[in-house]
Amino acid sequence: MKTYTNTGNKDTRSGFGAGLTELGKTNENVVALCADLTGSLKMDEFKANHPERFFQVGIAEANMIGIAAGMTIGGKIPFTGTFANFSTGRVYDQIRQSVAYSDKNVKICASHAGVTLGEDGATHQILEDIGLMKMLPGMTVINTCDYNQTKAATLAIAKHHGPVYLRFGRPKVPNFTPENGDFNIGKAVKLIDGNDVTLVATGHLVWEALEAAKALHESGISAEVINIHTIKPLDDKAILESVNKTGCIVTAEEHNFLGGLGESVARVLAQHNPTPQEFVATQDTFGESGTPAQLMEKYGLNSEAILKAAKTVLKRK
Amino acid sequence: MSNIQELEDLTTQVRRDILRMVHRVNSGHPGGSLGCAEFFVSLYNEVMETHKDFSMDGIGEDLFFLSNGHISPVYYSVLARAGFFPVDELNTFRLIDSRLQGHPTTHEGLPGVRIASGSLGQGMSVAIGAAEAKKLNSDNHLVYSLHGDGELQEGQNWEAIMYASARKIDNLIATIDLNGQQIDGSTDDVLPLGSVKGKFEAFGWTVIEIEEGNNIKAILDGMAKAKTLTGKGKPVCVLLKTVMGNGVDFMMHTHAWHGKAPNDEQLEIGLAQNTETLGDY
Repeated sequence: MKTYTNTGNKDTRSGFGAGLTELGKTNENVVALCADLTGSLKMDEFKANHPERFFQVGIAEANMIGIAAGMTIGGKIPFTGTFANFSTGRVYDQIRQSVAYSDKNVKICASHAGVTLGEDGATHQILEDIGLMKMLPGMTVINTCDYNQTKAATLAIAKHHGPVYLRFGRPKVPNFTPENGDFNIGKAVKLIDGNDVTLVATGHLVWEALEAAKALHESGISAEVINIHTIKPLDDKAILESVNKTGCIVTAEEHNFLGGLGESVARVLAQHNPTPQEFVATQDTFGESGTPAQLMEKYGLNSEAILKAAKTVLKRK
Repeated sequence: MSNIQELEDLTTQVRRDILRMVHRVNSGHPGGSLGCAEFFVSLYNEVMETHKDFSMDGIGEDLFFLSNGHISPVYYSVLARAGFFPVDELNTFRLIDSRLQGHPTTHEGLPGVRIASGSLGQGMSVAIGAAEAKKLNSDNHLVYSLHGDGELQEGQNWEAIMYASARKIDNLIATIDLNGQQIDGSTDDVLPLGSVKGKFEAFGWTVIEIEEGNNIKAILDGMAKAKTLTGKGKPVCVLLKTVMGNGVDFMMHTHAWHGKAPNDEQLEIGLAQNTETLGDY
């Protein structure tokens, strides 16, 4: 079984910061906007290098989204930065009308998504943002799994014309994808070949899926692991090819099971190849304060939860 | 350079367009549209410098953003009659498969429109963004925007108004249509705005008032003055005092025609008060 090496834990938000820094040097049309969370979003370096292209809007997210939409008129490529909760739920109508419906080339970059934001608690831990964003016509939705992939995605979305929601997080998590690797929007990445069960994961749950696959392998079960970094447009083909082989699937995400990756996968399967599926996700609940590891365990979002779900779904084949 | 009479004739024709558009589909917003007819005619035929070949980026020309998108009839009529798209297309307002949606949108590719509006309170932020882009591009053309007075009840405006002065967005002229009316009644009845002038000034804007917002000469003079106030480190606000429903006597000075179309008889009365000038579409 193919294995992956953690080259050292890093936060995905720093991957975004590194990508933005690089874009600052390579694409003069890239501008960055932030709603009083420059440090948290790792936008400091871009700000220091290009003060004329950095726009501090204060604690005013609605205005930030509107300004970003306006800046595209004149050819700028705005990257907005704040927490996922304030990037989506707080400004849904601004994104809907001024960005999505208006076909504006705005990149909505959101950190601190999900429960792994940790101690700040449920007010800040959005678990509904993937659903909110994927429902908007024309919106691309990306949830990256580690530092390297987040950096690569940040570079890739600057080249893609159209609105994008890029979701990443706060905790330091294993960094295992290739440095300076390619990032193809809408293309799933098969990490491990397997025959018995498909594990499809996004974001922080991808590493957990790799860990689960290892445990499954030890008990004689061959799991295929797919990293779905782009939830919309979804790589239907990769999912269908895999379940044709394995006959069952587990989806894993740091998001509500309503509206997330799991439901998108279920839609594809229901239409083309009804397949037993288990959902590793939060169960229509808010989060709470705690350490990221405690929360991942309590809300069933770690490798043990994926392992358990895999064993359950295997019995349903 | 158009003379005042030409602009007044055009305004009369625009009023006819507005009435006929909303009548045909028995929906739309004639009141605010009629109130702003002189302003739109002045803006697109005298005040702004725009390219006739529409490009979304609008480099090297003035830009306009309509925040209170429900007054789309006046916007569409004036855009069409300024040559952005065929005047006959006004026939398709609010019909299926039209580029002239109930509220303006870029989605159907209508030349002249650069942002969707309708959900209120968003246009100021967009206009500021476009003004920031102009500064980044060293493009010294101006950004104009129009907002309803009732629309100022939306909080996003005040985020934007605060930002614009703090960041010295001095290439923006934001006009507020002070007609004192909104859907449920007068702004004083629904939620009093207090002193709009005092509020904008307290937020660090330069404010000028156009007392006769339905008088073309007054609008041209006021907007010319507004232009001279740009480039001085402050955003410029124009308080345009208009009469909702202007030019159709039974629609004037009331919120009743905010979002209601005239029936056949009312249309005839309205058209009789505005004799055809340039020719109906």
